[in-house]
Amino acid sequence: MKSINVETCKQMVIAACDAIIESKEYLTEVDSKIGDGDHGIGMSGGMEKAKTALMSRDDFATINDVFKTTGMQMLNSMGGASGVIFGSMFLGGIKDLEPITELDGELFSKMMSAAVKAIKLRGKAEIGDKTMVDALEPAAVALEKTDKEDLTFCMGEAAKAAGEGVEATKTMVAKFGRAKSLMERSIGFQDAGATSVKIIFEAMHSYLQAQE
Amino acid sequence: MKKILNQSGDIVTQSTQGFLAAYSKFFEAVPETNCIVYKNRRKGKVSLVIGGGSGHEPLFSGFVGKGLADASANGNIFASPNPQVITETAKAVDEGKGVLFIYGNYEGDNLNFDMAEEMCGFEDIKTAHVRVWDDCASAPKDRIEDRRGIAGDIYVIKIAGAACDAGLSLEEVVRVTEKARNQINTIGLATSPGSIPGLNKPTFELGEDEIEFGMGMHGEPGIERTTMKPANELVDRMYSELKEEMSLHSGDEVAVLVNGLGSTTLLELNTVYYELDKHLKSEGIIVHDAEIKNWCTCQEMGGFSITILRLDEELKKYYNAPCCSPYYAREALT
Repeated sequence: MKSINVETCKQMVIAACDAIIESKEYLTEVDSKIGDGDHGIGMSGGMEKAKTALMSRDDFATINDVFKTTGMQMLNSMGGASGVIFGSMFLGGIKDLEPITELDGELFSKMMSAAVKAIKLRGKAEIGDKTMVDALEPAAVALEKTDKEDLTFCMGEAAKAAGEGVEATKTMVAKFGRAKSLMERSIGFQDAGATSVKIIFEAMHSYLQAQE
Repeated sequence: MKKILNQSGDIVTQSTQGFLAAYSKFFEAVPETNCIVYKNRRKGKVSLVIGGGSGHEPLFSGFVGKGLADASANGNIFASPNPQVITETAKAVDEGKGVLFIYGNYEGDNLNFDMAEEMCGFEDIKTAHVRVWDDCASAPKDRIEDRRGIAGDIYVIKIAGAACDAGLSLEEVVRVTEKARNQINTIGLATSPGSIPGLNKPTFELGEDEIEFGMGMHGEPGIERTTMKPANELVDRMYSELKEEMSLHSGDEVAVLVNGLGSTTLLELNTVYYELDKHLKSEGIIVHDAEIKNWCTCQEMGGFSITILRLDEELKKYYNAPCCSPYYAREALT
């Protein structure tokens, strides 16, 4: 699909929510290896709230509103670091964006680049620190570089780059969260936050593919 | 793990409601949140809002009261409160003189309180924050901003609360509070884990005959795991860590807190102080005041921490001020 309207965008985000909710136990398992083990509970809880809020309304007028509702629900329900960081994944992209009713590859790329910037500013994490930034930034870079004619294709490229990012976190030493105290003992395990980013992009890609 | 829980409903909400019902003379809720405010707070001063994850009771709500904090923004078990409830709490107590946030230095808290400060900015509320990083076992001194906040929170809250009540400006309250924060160190010792209500799982694993020096309240790795030792040997090790960290010298004047982490008895904690007192006396450290309390806990976690606050004349003035909350109530000291 070249671009999507507000309703399709809402359904695409709901698909991402569903994917995270279904991955609750998997994310808990990934996080338990080196972190608090609460990432799956936090993410699925936040995405449940986001899904409920999205489904409860039929009057979303803009793409901005869909992303804002999703981000605010996560921000104000999850708590902890992930609430702010994943909330910013949805909120950071629309901060300086004029109201839009169609989402295409060009705009989505702009939004994700802005989201990466907002998250890095807030969380102080850089590439290589073994955080969700290691999946989100490669996805945003892939979006910038790729041909933006088709949104579905763009989303596929973002998902692929996020997946490679998750793999890369296995070789990294954690600089944030509980895993930080483990230092080199965190090597060999993937980051749970990066894993969530990958799941979100993959779910949005699958949803768009299914609409073709 | 047997915990006194209901089959349904949220434990943090029910626990907060219970606390508020019992102490309704003093506190009320920030509507639709688990955050509480002190009803009789002094008006026309800088407001002090503290907060963090639940599960460490009596911290944080137990230190809201006269001469202490004006409000507490509480999150879920071991999770920071979200920006919205922090902002609502700040709005509930703001007097137009500014709001100071005090919280432990954890990534989740830092992020959520930072965001809340931005949101307060949109509402024209002036804010500042002081992060507590007293746990000297959690990172080396050259990475002090990576250190976590533990029982030292309470001394920082005490000093800041008194400074707010003295009518200082926000800038001055921050200066005094940071000065206190920079003179406080804590080291902990874990003998057994706590558990998250409802999860039926310990927060960390520790062998039956093992202890860990410097272990964090949520099971963050400490500085040494070893076999159980007699009280005097445990205190020796912990005191020497603090002494080196703080360069304690004969003639230094201090306040000392021996804090139980949840399931360690007062019989044991008093014994800890018995040993600690010998060190302090023999080294010529002047103990201005001491407390043996269960103030900063982690559910049924076993173990204790030792906190030392080094006082100067200015800090002593605020330390000595009277205070009153259900968990910290005393007359003025001289």
